[in-house]
Amino acid sequence: MSTDAATHHDDAHHDDVPKGFVHRWLFATNHKDIGTMYLVLALVMFFVGGSMAMVIRAELFEPGLQLVQPYFFNELTTLHGLIMIFGAIMPAFVGLANWQIPLMVGAPDMALPRMNNLSFWLLPFAFLLILSTLFMPGGAVAGGWVMYPPLILQTGESLAFTIFAIHLMGISSIMGAINIIATILNLRAPGMDLLKMPLFVWTWLITAFLLIAIMPVLAGAMTMLLTDKYFGTNFFNAAGGGDVLLYEHIFWFFGHPEVYVMILPAFGIISEVIPTFARKPIFGYKPMVYATASIAFLSFIVWAHHMFTVGLPVGAQLFFMYATMLISVPTGVKVFNWVATMWKGSMTFETPMLFAVAFVILFTIGGFSGLMLGLVPADYQYHNSYFVVAHFHYVLVSGAAFGIMTGVYYWLPKWSGHMYSERWGRIHFWLSVISVNVLFFPMHFLGLAGMPRRIPDYNVAFADWNMVSSIGGFVFGASQLIFVGNIIYTVYFAKSKVPARVWDGARGLEWELPSPPPHHSYSTPPEILPGMLAHGDITH
Amino acid sequence: MSQQAGAYYIPHGSRWPIIAAVGLFTLMWGAAHWLDGIEPEGPILFFLGVAIIIFMKFGWFGEVIRESRSGAYSSQVDLSFRLGMMWFIFSEVMFFGAFFGALFYSRGLQVPWLAGEGHGALTNYYLFRGYTGGWPTAGPDAIGGPFKTVPPWGEPLLNTLLLLSSSVTITIAHHALRDGHRRRMLVFLAATPILGALFLWFQAHEYINAYTHLNLTLHSGIYGATFFLLTGFHGLHVTLGTIMLLVILYRTWRGHFSKEHHFAFEAVAWYWHFVDIVWLALFLFVYIM
Repeated sequence: MSTDAATHHDDAHHDDVPKGFVHRWLFATNHKDIGTMYLVLALVMFFVGGSMAMVIRAELFEPGLQLVQPYFFNELTTLHGLIMIFGAIMPAFVGLANWQIPLMVGAPDMALPRMNNLSFWLLPFAFLLILSTLFMPGGAVAGGWVMYPPLILQTGESLAFTIFAIHLMGISSIMGAINIIATILNLRAPGMDLLKMPLFVWTWLITAFLLIAIMPVLAGAMTMLLTDKYFGTNFFNAAGGGDVLLYEHIFWFFGHPEVYVMILPAFGIISEVIPTFARKPIFGYKPMVYATASIAFLSFIVWAHHMFTVGLPVGAQLFFMYATMLISVPTGVKVFNWVATMWKGSMTFETPMLFAVAFVILFTIGGFSGLMLGLVPADYQYHNSYFVVAHFHYVLVSGAAFGIMTGVYYWLPKWSGHMYSERWGRIHFWLSVISVNVLFFPMHFLGLAGMPRRIPDYNVAFADWNMVSSIGGFVFGASQLIFVGNIIYTVYFAKSKVPARVWDGARGLEWELPSPPPHHSYSTPPEILPGMLAHGDITH
Repeated sequence: MSQQAGAYYIPHGSRWPIIAAVGLFTLMWGAAHWLDGIEPEGPILFFLGVAIIIFMKFGWFGEVIRESRSGAYSSQVDLSFRLGMMWFIFSEVMFFGAFFGALFYSRGLQVPWLAGEGHGALTNYYLFRGYTGGWPTAGPDAIGGPFKTVPPWGEPLLNTLLLLSSSVTITIAHHALRDGHRRRMLVFLAATPILGALFLWFQAHEYINAYTHLNLTLHSGIYGATFFLLTGFHGLHVTLGTIMLLVILYRTWRGHFSKEHHFAFEAVAWYWHFVDIVWLALFLFVYIM
């Protein structure tokens, strides 16, 4: 570095926060600021998507059409899915990655900070695009978040807007993932070997690889929809030699790894939190890494288990069934390792640990119902029923969303320098964990009894459990306001200062920095001393 | 790798990313309006978006070039850029993978099933009786009417030779750069975008020929869809690559690159080789087979 370049860029190395709203947020390059923006956007979108879910549950409270028109109901189920996946869960994980990965590997910032800004700022525009379709002639897309043709090609003006919104989200995800990979591979402090990295960093490294591999495939599928609708191609038209199933194959080649994109970072968070509160290193660090990698690999060869009922050749159904069953092996390794980490630990149950334990139990329920769905003959009954809805809400709400809440409660004191309200954290936890089961467990019964997905009205035989489920839904929705309240309280009103090591049992580089950490965490690579890292002896 | 000693480099804030986000949004907002037939707002917004993006490219790349020229970037930053480019190219590979997947699936499974093979027997019997499949095909209803395919051994072969030699010329230019032969470097580097432009010329000619003489159009069933989307997206990438080559040609001429530091040059070379390899796959699977 030449001398005047060094002077010129000296300001960047100081701990100064950029002045003014525009410079700090619109021109942001700081990983903490961008992480905060991601998390705030995710929270806002969680409530936008959540309010759609509230309307859905209100409509389903009783049989018959009460509140909304069927078409609007279908718009809500579609947008609820798209917004929760691309607007809430994924940005929340990227936000956590932005905040935590540089802190955890001893980096000053993300590897490509300006691209980081672009990946964030594309998202608000993408959601502006997709939400604007609600007000267009013909309404928003209403064929489900999977957007299967030919139904989706009957959408009015909003299809192009939705497809472009998904393109923007895809570009954002790809750039975010590239940034995370470059940070992890290139900016680790000396001594932070790959197999010494915290598990959250490992899971994100693998997630980022999945994202770069699948988001372009989704872009391909969306492009084919666009050309079929607007340019007269015949990708999905059998009369022209195309096939609607082609879409499903391409979509689920993206879609199945995508569900691991939404759960692997949560695995990472849980693998950080349980050792802290069990005061024991993670049981089986290396198997955890290898299990994550195996899950990622297998996720590419199981996509057709989403389409068992479409008429695949029997050999294909068997292959995809067995490959799906295989995923339960590495996933089982993870669950057993979390349990073994807790075994004989001196456990305490602060809010993050409560959410982590609930995650392990409830995610496992979702995993088991996934196994049931993965069985070809059983799936013929469950397909497109509420059983499927129950399954993926167990893994995405009490799995992914609980994982995010675990991470937020765990790291919020580090980020803000203040302790959240433990009392309200516990109230939030208990209300959430009870209501989430009241909300989603009855859906298993409804599905097995034959209630289909995505309908605004249903047979009176399903009335009781739908009412129970809706009550659970309202309580769950309302209890998330406590979450927001607790965050606002912690950031703006809490008086108590927290030490650098917020939790006694916490290990890892992020706990060596003061709370809150300086604007640029490290200006030179930190030195890693024995005992700083979370997983202790990793020779086994 | 991670063992880099010394201070970390952190770039200062920048207005370009948000301009890029606004530009992309405007472009897509306009494109969606345009597709839905809302004019003149659609085209106006679309081209405004394109203009913002071009402005942003000059601004953002200009800033990075200035910083790089002032020696601000450490070898660690250089590696971050390299990783970024490598994974970007990987994402592009996966994008083409989706369309190749569509081609293989349609040709290998879907069309035979429509023609009554395997478990497609009843579909064929009740819906498409008399359809015998085969490739190329516009499907049972022969949507778009009968068509002929582009013969591989004319322009496509020529295009293959053009792209292959352009990959050779850029490699020679790269070696010349590393050995410090400025003249050789400029000559071979200048030859590369010329070869790229020639490729695009012949491809345009091929498209016009397909539409006017062969009746091979975007509407020609699954063959037309896969043919034009695969070769079209490849052509777009060649266009982009040619522009990138012209940029680094200008920068080479201005003496921006040294023997050791020429990441932009290498990034463009990687991209160009990627475009070349995609073409080889296209030539084999779309034209010859």
